[in-house]
Amino acid sequence: MSGKTILVTGASSGIGRAAAVWCSRLGATLVITGRNAERLDATLSDLHGDGHRCLTCDLAVTEEVERLVAETDSLDGVVLCAGIGFTLPFQFGTTAKIADVMSANFFSPTELLRLLVKKKRLKRGASVVAVSSMGGTHFFTVGNSAYGASKAALESMMRFAARELAPKGIRVNTVLPAMIDTPLIHRGTVSDEEHAADAATYPLKRYGRPEEVAYAIIYLLSDAAAWVTGTSMVIDGGKSLV
Amino acid sequence: MELQEFIANFAAQMDETDPSEITASTAFHDLEEWSSLSALSIIAMVDEEYDVTLRGDDMKNAVTVEDLFNTVKSKL
Repeated sequence: MSGKTILVTGASSGIGRAAAVWCSRLGATLVITGRNAERLDATLSDLHGDGHRCLTCDLAVTEEVERLVAETDSLDGVVLCAGIGFTLPFQFGTTAKIADVMSANFFSPTELLRLLVKKKRLKRGASVVAVSSMGGTHFFTVGNSAYGASKAALESMMRFAARELAPKGIRVNTVLPAMIDTPLIHRGTVSDEEHAADAATYPLKRYGRPEEVAYAIIYLLSDAAAWVTGTSMVIDGGKSLV
Repeated sequence: MELQEFIANFAAQMDETDPSEITASTAFHDLEEWSSLSALSIIAMVDEEYDVTLRGDDMKNAVTVEDLFNTVKSKL
């Protein structure tokens, strides 16, 4: 990753933080964004090497996204990690509630990528990796309809982007994690005991760790994946086998 | 909030249990149809009807419908 400049959204915690830290360990220069300046600073202090930048940005606010795009240039990679978790039975999912999830998990990453392309912020040969979820198109867990639909929409959009951005030499891929031990899944809706019982149903007998998704993201960002675009990489501890 | 109204709202989330079977003393985790979806539906109903956020642990710790009513009441 030496010599590459990588933008990571949602870098304050979870998979985004792990992706930023591991990219820096492998020599990349990072531009990290998140909503919370304090938590973003914590990630910044965990990065290896120098020259990293930290830009606070609420991706739901148009002016802030425009400012973020204006302040970045010559990117070799983008990791679209920012997203929210949401659990609600289908019959309670009003349009307003679904809109909040779609905004964070679908519209925000889509609009950021659109602006980065339109303003020519991505170098030829750049790689975009979006974090979707097995909960979008593979696992249909009760209560996850709005979240899953938002991640399915993101995965689909990234495939269209892969097709249209290929002539610009830009690759676009997604990763599909199953349950990863991050703050996103520890929101109190599901108790720790229920999580432990669920983790036991995975062939590899545990949930994933954020860095285990980061390694896949790094592969897709790297030149090792130079001929890989429009793919969705399953990272699920074998869960889709059962 | 009224206990009877809460019981009716609780019973409305069940698919197979007759509403008459749901009373203040019903140990709801023992209902035959009780599932993770039932728990999520009760949490969603309480949020919609009472603007109270229940956590998974609140559901786990309550034994009867009245226990849950008291939990919700304490968070109003």
